[in-house]
Amino acid sequence: MSTAVPADSVAPGAGGVRSLASQLWGLGPLLALILASAYFATQSDRFLTGPNLSLVVQQSLVVGVLAIGQTLIILTAGIDLSCGAVMALSSVVMARLAVVSGVNPFIALLLGILVGGLFGLANGALITRFDLPPFIVTLGTLNIAFAVTYVYSQNQTITRVPPLLSFLGNTFRIGGTSITYGTVLLFALYIVTWYVLRQTAAGRHVYAAGDNPEGARRSGINTTKLLISVYVVAGLLYGIAGWVSIGRTGAGDPNAGQTDNLASITAVVLGGTSLFGGRGRIMGTLIGVLIVGVFRNGLQLIGVESVFQVLITGILVILAVIVDQFARKRQL
Amino acid sequence: MHRNAAFRVMAVLALLVAAMPFMAAVSQPAQAQDEEIIVGLITKTESNPFFVKMKEGAQAAADEAGVQLLTAAGQFDADNASQVTAIENMVTAGAQGILITPGDTKAIVPAIEKAREAGVLVIALDTPTEPMDAADALFATDNFMAGVLIGQYAKAVMGDTEPVIATIDGSTGVSVSVLRHNGFLAGYSSDAAAATPTADLSVFADDARVVCSQDAEGDQALSQTAMENCLQANGDINVVYTINEPAARGVYTALKAAGRENDVLVVSVDGGCAGIEALVAGEIAATSQQYPLVMAQMGVEAVVNYAKTGEKPSGYTDTGVTLITDSPQEGVPSEDSTFGTENCWG
Repeated sequence: MSTAVPADSVAPGAGGVRSLASQLWGLGPLLALILASAYFATQSDRFLTGPNLSLVVQQSLVVGVLAIGQTLIILTAGIDLSCGAVMALSSVVMARLAVVSGVNPFIALLLGILVGGLFGLANGALITRFDLPPFIVTLGTLNIAFAVTYVYSQNQTITRVPPLLSFLGNTFRIGGTSITYGTVLLFALYIVTWYVLRQTAAGRHVYAAGDNPEGARRSGINTTKLLISVYVVAGLLYGIAGWVSIGRTGAGDPNAGQTDNLASITAVVLGGTSLFGGRGRIMGTLIGVLIVGVFRNGLQLIGVESVFQVLITGILVILAVIVDQFARKRQL
Repeated sequence: MHRNAAFRVMAVLALLVAAMPFMAAVSQPAQAQDEEIIVGLITKTESNPFFVKMKEGAQAAADEAGVQLLTAAGQFDADNASQVTAIENMVTAGAQGILITPGDTKAIVPAIEKAREAGVLVIALDTPTEPMDAADALFATDNFMAGVLIGQYAKAVMGDTEPVIATIDGSTGVSVSVLRHNGFLAGYSSDAAAATPTADLSVFADDARVVCSQDAEGDQALSQTAMENCLQANGDINVVYTINEPAARGVYTALKAAGRENDVLVVSVDGGCAGIEALVAGEIAATSQQYPLVMAQMGVEAVVNYAKTGEKPSGYTDTGVTLITDSPQEGVPSEDSTFGTENCWG
């Protein structure tokens, strides 16, 4: 199996050899990102500037953080439809606790992130304990999180949040370009996740459990515990995404994230991670997120209606899945 | 394996190359030059006919003035993140002015402030920001007045009959929804003091005459369900206020199924072409017509003027609202469906 990880300890039948081909394919999303950027650079002299590129990343922050959790889950051959709704709930909880209930902002922030973790725990427990399909379980928790958000917030956006909650929207300057702390957090989270997936036993187990759950179990991995952990970590990441969201817009927004579940899955798929589990790269997901961001920004700069960005994203997703299917067939 | 990889890389390349002329074809021929005037229009969604008409009006005005129009929209009604992104991208694209119907009237404010700091004129269309002066100016229907007009009409039709009212609303916490709802109730009351909007735009007025109040997001199917449930809860309902005409048509379907379509008065707001047709068919008794095309035209003209002279519009400009009905009541000024059809949108 030509996965992105050293797969020597996992799945029987895995080749464990990273072929040149898979390395090349790993470059596919990056190549797409570079080509798209190059195209927009030729079309608008405003595209390839520091401030604009900083903007593209800022516009991708929330989905970018959500997509980390989504990647971990998809690597285990799962899927999470609840991520955007859980993110919105977390952001409303932290904003409302701090602003309306007068809770210490730091405690409010932790509680908000914890709410995300609890939803992750619920997802993971339901999926493993009752052997339910992730799609259905997270469809259920999506609706629950949405309804709880609506009831708890009374559909009111919370503004004038304390500085800690909007901290990630603050900027520092490098040259003439303002970078938000949210951007720094995004890249840090990707690097940590990359390290964990690549260099730790837990990371390899995630791949193994997605690639061949039965084999993973036989080789002594507690897959139930592993899956629950993955959903909890993902949930905590959604909580952090809620914090990022407040930093981005300066408000706790109960309507945030309604399309972010599909947006995060899109990013994961564009980044070359297989929806069948066990194969993919976290950095591919980051590139997938940026591809969507670059098209959104670039098409607007050259005066193309935003609906065409949706169209192009759709085409790219289908292409990525076709390519993944080819890759799987070759390996079987 | 090598061939496979080559195929995969080629596939991505081929797609991108194939997409490029397409992008070039749909992009505006004129490249953004510094001296060129660029106007941005950001609507709540792409699909609602109200915003489609707004876009038409903006495009027509932009073509006439020879300026470039950039457009963007949220993916759903309160999609703040997409609107923030669109504002940022339009500022980067060099737009001198942005016209926006905010999806989330509060959450959009920081993004608007940033754009204004960058020297961009921001005009709210149709929906005020909270606070209203977060944008340079507001071109909009007086939604409270739109409610008052149909309230006065309903009061005139009902005469001495005790009203038992159902309201099929948009969503809680959305100012347009609250203003129309409270306007309707104020128009229906004889208390003149009630005919001014209350300070709190987020709360529906408390009113004993209202026996059933449901949020249905202005959606026809959801409104039908809401009305069915209202009729179950209280069969004596004789007046129904609806946030817009799709909601009114859903209500009519529910009334018809219950055999009540002839003895319940349905009033609405919008004046869309489909809504006027429903009015002619007798499904809606009266509606307050608003004018999205006018809002957008005025907006584009204001931006062009700002780009040329540096003069900014300010405050609130009422783009007008007219009561449309084919059974006019004494003391309540109105126009008939012929006027409504001539001026409808959608």
